[in-house]
Amino acid sequence: MSANLNDIVAKYNNKKGSLIPILQEVQRAESYLSRETIKTISELTNIPVAEIYGVATFYSMFRLKPQGKYTIRICKGTACHVSGAKTILEALKESLNLGADEDTTQDNLFTILEVACLGCCSLAPVIMIEDKTYGKLTSAKIPQIIESFKKEVNND
Amino acid sequence: MTKIQIKVGMASCGLAAGAQLIYDEAKRLIAEDKYNFELKHTACNGMCHAEPLIEVVTDEGTDSVYGDLVLEDLESIFSTLLEGEISHPKLIYSNKIDAPENYLLESQTRIVLRNCGVIDPVIIDEYIARDGYSALKKAISLTGEEIINTITDSGLRGRGGAGFPTGLKWRFAFNNKSDKKFVICNADEGDPGAFMDRSVLEGDPHAIIEGMIIGAYAIGADEGYLYVRAEYPLAIKHLNIAIKQAEERGFLGDKILGSDFNFHLHIKEGAGAFVCGEETALMASVEGKRGMPNLRPPFPAESGLWQYPTNINNVETWANITWIILNGAEEFAKLGTEKSKGTKVFALAGKIRNSGLIEVPMGITLKDVIYKVGGGMKTSSPFKAVQLGGPSGGCVPASLLDTIVDYDSISQTGAIMGSGGMVVMDYDTCMVDVAKFFLNFTQNESCGKCTFCRIGTKRMLEILEKITSGRGEEKDIETLENLSEKIITTSLCGLGQTAPNPVLTTLRYFREEYEAHIVEKKCPALVCTDLLTYHIIEDKCIGCTACARVCPTKCISGQVKKAHLIDQDSCIKCGSCYKACKFSAIEIR
Repeated sequence: MSANLNDIVAKYNNKKGSLIPILQEVQRAESYLSRETIKTISELTNIPVAEIYGVATFYSMFRLKPQGKYTIRICKGTACHVSGAKTILEALKESLNLGADEDTTQDNLFTILEVACLGCCSLAPVIMIEDKTYGKLTSAKIPQIIESFKKEVNND
Repeated sequence: MTKIQIKVGMASCGLAAGAQLIYDEAKRLIAEDKYNFELKHTACNGMCHAEPLIEVVTDEGTDSVYGDLVLEDLESIFSTLLEGEISHPKLIYSNKIDAPENYLLESQTRIVLRNCGVIDPVIIDEYIARDGYSALKKAISLTGEEIINTITDSGLRGRGGAGFPTGLKWRFAFNNKSDKKFVICNADEGDPGAFMDRSVLEGDPHAIIEGMIIGAYAIGADEGYLYVRAEYPLAIKHLNIAIKQAEERGFLGDKILGSDFNFHLHIKEGAGAFVCGEETALMASVEGKRGMPNLRPPFPAESGLWQYPTNINNVETWANITWIILNGAEEFAKLGTEKSKGTKVFALAGKIRNSGLIEVPMGITLKDVIYKVGGGMKTSSPFKAVQLGGPSGGCVPASLLDTIVDYDSISQTGAIMGSGGMVVMDYDTCMVDVAKFFLNFTQNESCGKCTFCRIGTKRMLEILEKITSGRGEEKDIETLENLSEKIITTSLCGLGQTAPNPVLTTLRYFREEYEAHIVEKKCPALVCTDLLTYHIIEDKCIGCTACARVCPTKCISGQVKKAHLIDQDSCIKCGSCYKACKFSAIEIR
């Protein structure tokens, strides 16, 4: 892993303003930013740990906890909100067996992320599993979507 | 023989609606050799409500759109086309015959969206064929001064929401002498309910790039950034392709079109922070820091990115530039009102029939936007309000629908023009809940720098939660107004200064809804769960016991085949009985 980190940091060659792209790329490779990773990035870039941690906690995209293999983004934008995003979230949590404060399934397969707006307002309410968007949802459609996604993944 | 082109709308919205399957099926049919059609990708033509859709263009000038497609439709549409016919049950637009949604395109004026849904955005020659990069060629023969004069004379104002005159902004950056300057495109479209910029970035990336090159040339910048939110992967992909193509053709890079002008453009992916739409926060983010706003002055035009003079404009502003250069300031200024020139793109969403993207001349009334272009309500419940400007804007009620689209007229209602999100609400929408929704958003997105924005929004949110859960007190409204005023006056940036707008406008136009929540402990729109009560209608209940069996607190009693009763004291309002009842015998009040 740290060899990979070396490569990523080296690619940006201490160019100014590259901390965020480095963190984005590292997170893409390792799925989240661990304590150790942040420390290593600090050593490689000479940016203090506190500053990196400050940036990582400021932006909602960065994750400091291990994530499920697949990310489900649920849109909480205005159009989705008025079209019942809340019931979609409830249905998602129910079909993934998640408690009120949990976001990752026990088998580490799925993590639910609430996002501000996915920009597909005309299809509200919307969720996105990995790169695939599902629109015009009702809570009744959710279990089937999760099942079909699992099946698709198993076939790959 | 007539040449027929089939274009499949494959922007994010189209793909989410299943455009890829439509494309694959069309490809399969065409491969069968029966149809000699050319199959093409395009982006979003704005008719998002009818997606997935295809547009059929012939060399005889016929242009038709077929929408709401399922795979089986393609074969029958293709056979129709083969017979030289246009008419088909799925036809929604035609430039030759009557079609149900002809009015939708005919009532628009397209400048910013001129290529969206028309060209394949990743093929530079299609852009060039529609006058692409000819504005740049013209601009290079002019001086920076002349270009800035043209933009100033056009009356173009910033489309990000605040409406600052673009020419003046350029002039400030131009006047500041420096050996290094930057231009930035703000594509951090964060307003929930807005997707105009996404569509333009996906559908016509070269128009934005060309606009930025012209802007850079005018003010004397040699480097630029496109700051795009990470939630728009397709937009980022198309921009990357477009930048590479422009470099290959000599429109970007060193010695552009043989002149001495150099300009390099980079993409910065946002990392998820709404406040980065504020220009000083955006620049901090490009510099790799926490995206927190800074006090202005100094304005970016004087000291911006890495302290160099910088000009930042929004996507839609940049997309207007090439049109103005090619057609002249006068043509642009012919459109719109005295102080708001040109057109405005709106993203229609919510309870409206034709949700999607539209571009209309400034000066049109909100009523015409919603009822003529937008096709009116999609629900049986009547129009209640339209939300403009996202978390910084407000809700405009039915009584003000004659307000015209113009920066100043909309500001007078308490809302703002904003970037163009327009979410239509009906009587099933609770206005207190909407205010709470936006406050929750801004409270989450406040960077924490200013005390009143950080803590004041939190206190306001708590009060709204109190009101929607039935614990509201009469003094709460006054506290909300008081806090709003303090947040507006003591916040550094636009986020805080406008955060109370959703609360203030709903208080102004829907005060009685707040009062119903506080005094009667009722939610008139039946949205706020804690204020609802469930009742069994005696006449309709047949005593099937379905409700009693699913009730988690066993608070429904009654004998088989006799009307049941809910014990209000033990009811937790989970709604299970309502869902279980097959006889509509349960009423929510």
